[in-house]
Amino acid sequence: MQQTVEFHDRADRALHNPQIRSNFRYAMDGLMYKRKLSFPDLDELNRLRLRSAEIRANALVNLPELLEQLERRCNENGIQVHWAESVEEANAIVLGIMNRHNAKLLIKGKSMVSEEMELNRYLEQHGIECLESDLGEYILQLAGEPPSHIVAPAIHKSRQQIAQLFKEKFPEIPYTDDVDTLTRNARQILRRKFYDAPVGLSGVNFAVAETGTICLVENEGNGRMCTTVPPVHIAVTGIEKVVEKLSDIPPLLSILPRSATGQHITTYFNMITSPRKPDEKDGPDEVHLVLLDNGRSRIYRDEELIATLRCIRCGACMNHCPVYTRIGGHAYGTTIPGPIGSILEPQKAGLDRHGDLPTASTLCGACGEVCPVRIPIPELLNRLRFERVRQDHTGVTIGQGSQRNPWEARIWKGWSWMHANPAIYRLSIRIATGLRRLLPKRLGAWTRVRSAPRLAAKSLHTLAREKGFDHE
Amino acid sequence: MSLRKTYPKKPEQVYFFGTCLVDMLYPEAGLAGMQLLRREGVNVIYPQNQTCCGQPAWNSGYRDEARRVALTQMACFPQAYPIVVPSGSCAGMMRHHYPALFHGTPQHDAALAFSDRVFELTEFLSRVLKITLSDLGEPVKVALHVSCSARREMGVAGEHQALLEQLKNVELVAQGRSEECCGFGGTFAVKHPEISAAMVEEKATELVATGADSLVSGDCGCLMNITGHLEHRNEKLRGSHIASFLWERTHAADS
Amino acid sequence: MSDARSNILSRLRAGKPDIAATAAPTQVPLAKWDPRGRIEQFRGKMESVRAEVHLTPRDSWLALLQRLVDEKQISNLLYAPDGPLGEALSQAWKNRDHSPLICRTEAVDEWKEELFFNVGGAVTTCRWGIAETGTLVLWPTREEPRSFSLVPPVHIAVLEARDIYDTFADLVEKEKWNQGMPTNALLISGPSKTADIEQTLAYGVHGPVELIIIVITDES
Repeated sequence: MQQTVEFHDRADRALHNPQIRSNFRYAMDGLMYKRKLSFPDLDELNRLRLRSAEIRANALVNLPELLEQLERRCNENGIQVHWAESVEEANAIVLGIMNRHNAKLLIKGKSMVSEEMELNRYLEQHGIECLESDLGEYILQLAGEPPSHIVAPAIHKSRQQIAQLFKEKFPEIPYTDDVDTLTRNARQILRRKFYDAPVGLSGVNFAVAETGTICLVENEGNGRMCTTVPPVHIAVTGIEKVVEKLSDIPPLLSILPRSATGQHITTYFNMITSPRKPDEKDGPDEVHLVLLDNGRSRIYRDEELIATLRCIRCGACMNHCPVYTRIGGHAYGTTIPGPIGSILEPQKAGLDRHGDLPTASTLCGACGEVCPVRIPIPELLNRLRFERVRQDHTGVTIGQGSQRNPWEARIWKGWSWMHANPAIYRLSIRIATGLRRLLPKRLGAWTRVRSAPRLAAKSLHTLAREKGFDHE
Repeated sequence: MSLRKTYPKKPEQVYFFGTCLVDMLYPEAGLAGMQLLRREGVNVIYPQNQTCCGQPAWNSGYRDEARRVALTQMACFPQAYPIVVPSGSCAGMMRHHYPALFHGTPQHDAALAFSDRVFELTEFLSRVLKITLSDLGEPVKVALHVSCSARREMGVAGEHQALLEQLKNVELVAQGRSEECCGFGGTFAVKHPEISAAMVEEKATELVATGADSLVSGDCGCLMNITGHLEHRNEKLRGSHIASFLWERTHAADS
Repeated sequence: MSDARSNILSRLRAGKPDIAATAAPTQVPLAKWDPRGRIEQFRGKMESVRAEVHLTPRDSWLALLQRLVDEKQISNLLYAPDGPLGEALSQAWKNRDHSPLICRTEAVDEWKEELFFNVGGAVTTCRWGIAETGTLVLWPTREEPRSFSLVPPVHIAVLEARDIYDTFADLVEKEKWNQGMPTNALLISGPSKTADIEQTLAYGVHGPVELIIIVITDES
């Protein structure tokens, strides 16, 4: 129950921070608007969502075979494949590669899996500098903060805050809060780093089993830099990111950027199938692909929860989530925030650690409605609410029953007894409506911002009888 | 996302499931719904053994408790008549979640058959009864709040709106972020009161900004939340259930 | 490491959910254009992300390129002498006093400093284009390595109008991509950009600041 307090505290702090509130409100409004504009044809959207969901679901059905095929193709193409059961193993693999090249600097493209691994902290403990090169991630690294959104990591920061940060970190550069100038300054600083770095790291948006191809979606070109310029490229990915065929890619590429930011396509779609061939003049000599499990194969075992693994990390669920919009990404205290984080993270780390997240939703359904791969997020939130209080411990989820509060459980038992016994229910309502004037005007947190609901003088049961409606 | 149903022909009889919130807090809305149905020549049956659809327990993870209550409801509506519900939320529970609630139990088939008979009130009025309404009321500006379950689970936002648009003296006013949740979410409002408060504050601000004389919604959970907050803020704007609103504007004083 | 592999795979096999793959995939209709509409769609989408698109008949593309290089005052222009455009390019500037063309045929590692800090622009071919999204498709070669379209601040891409496909799906299928992928295949839709600061678009973060596309048409 420790976490509950922490989540409430963080959410509360965010709610009372006008800067956070307005930054997220403004940004989410913009993202929702742009997404809507990018799908003018609702029939197309519907079909594309169905197709994308099928592609991802089919890939999961055949996941072990596809992973083996991916590995085989990668090996044939010269990409070295590594398997990691845990983040510790994945980190050790990356460190091993760095050490083999005696490399002291890792330049990184945007990768949520590397956030999941806390790779930067790990490598820095081993004397290796990690440098984020995505502009948003770079800003956060300067500020020493984690991302608050999976697509727009620095969305919680205003231009002025970023300008101030640059002024502190680079006093030699004249102060500016002009976005173009800030961007140009970052370009200058990072260009030298791309030039110097012996190893580059990227995430993976899709890995194609058929051809052994790693696909990366990005706008800035830093992902291309990280995978082109340094002599070694390491790609880290969750095992679920594989798709079967190359022909699965166009529909996914069509729906991902539109769902994420309303762009019809990102500036770059980078498909990597091998390291530099002998006669080629650039590109890394070594390409490594690290496949990380970290709980995914456990989620995989549940027929319903497996849908969590379809996610293509577009962020549309958070953009449309009224809770995320109010509290921002940091309040969740997880690598991935928002609705998808609220189903994914408790399954990965356990409901004993993140058991409160599935309750942080009104189940309004906005997330499920926009999900490009039709993950039934509200249903899965509901399912995890069951898991967090269930007592039989028969499923696969860690921390089952850990949030069961005996007092609360007794209330629900009583509630159920009353509502399953119509005579008792009617009697209770009659008593309550009869005594309605005696009911309290203050009802805890409810009445802090609302007046108390007022019981009617006569229930509908009574009115229906009085007005002569049949009762059977 | 809701799958479009095929709608039955106008039946002679319907069941009315009033919902627990209506029963205790907004009985006049339930009564209005039943009167609207009766006026269309349908015999309305209100089984006295009904209590609650079970959604509060279902959404809190207490599935055994929810199932027990749901079974009690299923027993109340034995004949094959349609079951009309004046709430997108409770109708959504009974149509879309009963099958999941009874998944893997001996009652699964019964739950499927039951859920197929469930209709949200405005859906039933427009799609099955094809009701025509003539407005007897004074000109009024109305803001419509469609609950998330009515909009997304039941797909009846259009039906809400179409019914109001039949009333010639009613001007529907547009609001900002109309598709955003009001922050009720059942037990959410209790478990996360601060987030819920932040949501209802913004929702109320949008609604007040419309300059509407009246707020209408098809769900009493949202109404309780939004109007509770409006009262707390001493705003003039007040709300009513769409059934009450339609009934009051379309029935002659003596009917 | 091999333990991790077999552990993961055996967990996945043991836990394989009892769900069937979709037999009949949902059909998503693909957009189609006539040749003129295709070019217009390509141009419109490209321009919407601040790429410059110039249509030119075949016999005047070099003159156009020269004009653009002059206008934009590109100090030096990297090109591939043994690439498909090499011969035409070196001929084009032959009779001028000053040629901006530079070529480096060694591996990029040998002249990385120059590439990163002293090259003003690069000109490359494109293998295909995609009309629907306004996209260039490059399969970099030994003659035109992938850095050409990435590191210099200006990228000038020469595209044959006849190589523009309607959609990415159509291109992947018709050109049988699944039968052999290059080291690196690139889809490029506009100059490098970011919206990481307050959702405000800024161009030229890490890749080219300007993308200029010369589309060669066979109409006069």
